Amino acid sequence: MSMTVFQAMNGATFAALLFIVASGFTLIFGLMRIVNLAHGALYLMGGYFGLVVAHRTDSFTLALAAAALAVAAIGFGTYTLLLRFVGGNVLRQVLLTLGLALVLDDLALVIWGGDAFTVPIPEALRGPVQVGSLVYPKYRLFLLLFSVAVFIGLALLLRHTRLGALIRAGVDDAEMVDAMGIDIQRVFVYTFMLGAALAGIGGVLGGAFLTLYPTADSDILVFSLAVVIIGGRGSLAGTAIGSLFVGMLATFGQVWFPELAYFVIFGPMALLLAFRPLGLFGRTA
Amino acid sequence: MNRRKFLSSASAVVAANAVTAVGPFVRPASAQGGPIRIGLLAPLTGVVAAGGKEMVEGFNLYWDQHGKKVAGREIEIIVEDDASNPDTALQKARRLVEQRNVNMLIGDLLANTGLAVAEYVKGNGVPYFIPIIAADDLTQRKRIPNVIRIAGYSASQMPRPLADYAYHKKGYRKVVTISQDYTFGYEQCGGFCQTFSENGGQVLHQFWQPLNTADFSPYLAQIQSLKPDVVYAMETGADANRFIQQYANFGLKGKIPMLGCMNLTDQSVIRTLGAECDGIVSSAQFCEGSTAPATEKFVAEYEKAFNKLPSLYGFSMYSGAMWLDAGMKAVNGNVEDRPKFLAAIRKVVLNDSPLGRPVRLDDYGNPIYDVYIREVKRRPDGKYWNVPLETVPNVSQFGKYDPETYLKQASYSRTFQGIKKS
Amino acid sequence: MRPPLSMREPLEEVGDALADDALTRTPPRVMSSRARLIVAIACVALLVAVPFVVPGYKTSLVIETLIFATLAMSIDLLAGYAGRVSLGHGAIFGIATYVVLYHVTTGGGSPWVAMLLGVAAATVAAVVFALLAIRTSGVYFLLLTLALGMIVWGMCLRWTSVTGGENGLRGTVAPAWLAAQPVFYFFILIATSLMTWLMWRFAHSPFGLTLQGIRESESRMRTLGYNVPLHLFIGFTVSGFFAGLAGTLYAFFNSFVSPSTVALAQSVEGLLMVIVGGVGTLFGGLVGAAVIIALENLVSFYTERWPMVLGFMFIVTMIFAPEGLLGFARTLLARRGAEHRS
Repeated sequence: MSMTVFQAMNGATFAALLFIVASGFTLIFGLMRIVNLAHGALYLMGGYFGLVVAHRTDSFTLALAAAALAVAAIGFGTYTLLLRFVGGNVLRQVLLTLGLALVLDDLALVIWGGDAFTVPIPEALRGPVQVGSLVYPKYRLFLLLFSVAVFIGLALLLRHTRLGALIRAGVDDAEMVDAMGIDIQRVFVYTFMLGAALAGIGGVLGGAFLTLYPTADSDILVFSLAVVIIGGRGSLAGTAIGSLFVGMLATFGQVWFPELAYFVIFGPMALLLAFRPLGLFGRTA
Repeated sequence: MNRRKFLSSASAVVAANAVTAVGPFVRPASAQGGPIRIGLLAPLTGVVAAGGKEMVEGFNLYWDQHGKKVAGREIEIIVEDDASNPDTALQKARRLVEQRNVNMLIGDLLANTGLAVAEYVKGNGVPYFIPIIAADDLTQRKRIPNVIRIAGYSASQMPRPLADYAYHKKGYRKVVTISQDYTFGYEQCGGFCQTFSENGGQVLHQFWQPLNTADFSPYLAQIQSLKPDVVYAMETGADANRFIQQYANFGLKGKIPMLGCMNLTDQSVIRTLGAECDGIVSSAQFCEGSTAPATEKFVAEYEKAFNKLPSLYGFSMYSGAMWLDAGMKAVNGNVEDRPKFLAAIRKVVLNDSPLGRPVRLDDYGNPIYDVYIREVKRRPDGKYWNVPLETVPNVSQFGKYDPETYLKQASYSRTFQGIKKS
Repeated sequence: MRPPLSMREPLEEVGDALADDALTRTPPRVMSSRARLIVAIACVALLVAVPFVVPGYKTSLVIETLIFATLAMSIDLLAGYAGRVSLGHGAIFGIATYVVLYHVTTGGGSPWVAMLLGVAAATVAAVVFALLAIRTSGVYFLLLTLALGMIVWGMCLRWTSVTGGENGLRGTVAPAWLAAQPVFYFFILIATSLMTWLMWRFAHSPFGLTLQGIRESESRMRTLGYNVPLHLFIGFTVSGFFAGLAGTLYAFFNSFVSPSTVALAQSVEGLLMVIVGGVGTLFGGLVGAAVIIALENLVSFYTERWPMVLGFMFIVTMIFAPEGLLGFARTLLARRGAEHRS
């Protein structure tokens, strides 16, 4: 029994990371229809930026902030310098981000080499803690809380700010927002930066327990894809549930069907795409 | 004509043809006196790019120290990136042999890239040296005359002394193994489990996880609930890094001792780690914290050149270069006479290797070593490194078994681990 | 710089919206039939001369180019003619390679039977992919084929007893009489030429034209009474059949297969070949394959940064020449022709 609880905790904490990364992904996908295949590369870049800052300043908080800002800046550049030139053509945008992912990934290899790095975390978060009969890593519990905070923060942003309102309206019908005389391009830029920043934060958080290594970007990207496909694009609650679903599948899948480790994640994703392409919680446009 | 015969004659024809088709290119006009070209294959991109970089560094360090000249002939090193991908490795090997006219190939890191290249040179006879590729059968059941494991080791060779140490010296009786799910893992775990169980130990469970497992928590939970005396971990690269770290974070470190393959605590893994890796015990021919003067000298030179402690990859390729040097000198630079060159390589006794002890090949083309049981310890400057606990002399790839009898046993696989039921 | 928003249609129209894009629009044909004949003869003459002019390694590069060109063209059948961009064709291609190697090396069977089995397996995989994928279009089609490809990759990686896992399968497949390089070269040249001709016929058959109609507007074709899903299903299956054929040839050429053959990177490279050459041009696949394989070889003389070069190629093509090299050339020719006439 306690074993199941333990594994459920593992699934939930892994889901927490997936949520942070995938929420950025789904915002961009929901509003702009861009499947940003460079999202994993942004995650990796964020992780490396965080690593550098954490080593220099010994501060995990600064590492998170720096990664968020730096990756948001990359997001800004990506959107205004690259994606806008192929504006309106979804497929070209997707393929362009694929090219960008290749470039960023190789760039990271040149700059940081291929060793596996871990973002150092504060002493207070290291090691395990005893909760009842359960011994569990403090950091993973912190991650769980952090993701809840991100969820609340994003929900407030979407509910109570003008940008949030525009994003919500844009997800439903971008054309209508545009027709109302609102500069939707600005909304797009902000959203892209926000999504990128979330990937960057995810990179630091993930880099602290999953390490940063040359193919970490594609590993996290396929998980995010699965989350967003299952949860439905542009839906925050859907992403949360999708993350939990994928996190649990990944954990219990490895325990129960070690041979089918990949099938348990991509099988449901493929079936959903085929029969309910908008995901479990996606709204029709 | 049965199927197999047909196939082997087919490949012989391929081989003969490959040689004639590219013949004029393989032997440059100025066969003697022209440069000796060495094709170095290393993963410079992809998942094991860090190791690949160190392979090139170690190989070049030797030639930089000793001059790129053997018996009056220049040494020309042509590096190609195998991208950690067997298809690319195969393509690059073809390119080195057929377009760049190299006299020999050396390198590759991942077993699948090495096996792909070995299959290719089987057809054309180009000498191929594998200081890193540890796949057992390349020097056991599927030997290829022109593929020689200079300065390398075979996967199941090293864990056997460790299993003896675990059972006899530490008194462990119940082990759980966790390993990456591929041949390198099957062979290392097989070597460990066969010896451990023949000693009387019990293998409670074996976990095989996919390569690049991000989150080890599902396995850690199960390991804990199995309550073993000890864990044997077969992890390389980033997986090793994560496993060690998550093991500590889940509070298993200090509760269940950890043993590992040499890659688990190689410098390429532990140089970015902290106290989590302290105290892990593994076995290897090389130990960067050894006090043997030759090792100390090599480690100091390597640290000076690259500002880091040498990993298995840097060390093995350095020794490999030394081995090639000795072999080429023995034939007076005439590497074009392949049978003679290969015979000379097989006869080399490496006296001045960084190990400080003579190294030679067994009759099957795999080196015999004195194996260190080594433990990760903190150096005064804060870096972690492996220091020797004890030495097991003259360990061959067959351990205490008779080679011919051993070769009748099946190759280690996920389903065959040589475990003796007690 | 504001993109016209009318391009962003509701989801079910994404496929239609894509059809309006340069990426999946067939450029106008501009060459006279005589000019085309001359170009064709020149190409054939060049290809026939290859093993005599540049024997050895360079010929093997051309063999590789021909095989991957076939894969690229099979992707183009779907992308260019049905408006469905697939990231799963590398997996279909690789399934055939696996089956051939398994049948010959592990099973000890004949290479020709292996070839039949390989194509059959790839076609079956394509049928399964198609059944799931025909309901989707645009980005969702891309993602679904990606997910299906990942499943195949995962299976090849983990089903060790059959696929050899990470190490893959090795062994000589091609029969002895194909061993000499010039013979093998002409075998591949004839096989791929035949496949190219068949694909061309397929693309320009009434069926192919219907597919193009679906690409332009699914709803219109539906109104006209066409069975859209059935057409897409058949289109996908035929495309997978050709990808499988290319995969069997790859087994003959490479004598080796591993999970990297079915990995996403394989699909991505195939797709890039189509895009560089020109989507919807069919022969663009050959141009793209030649450019990328030649470039890869050239670049590795100077730098290990091939992934970066590949990435830049993606970006630059998408921004500046989304119609690809062949499309670009056609547009250029069309412009010159227009000037000439005026």
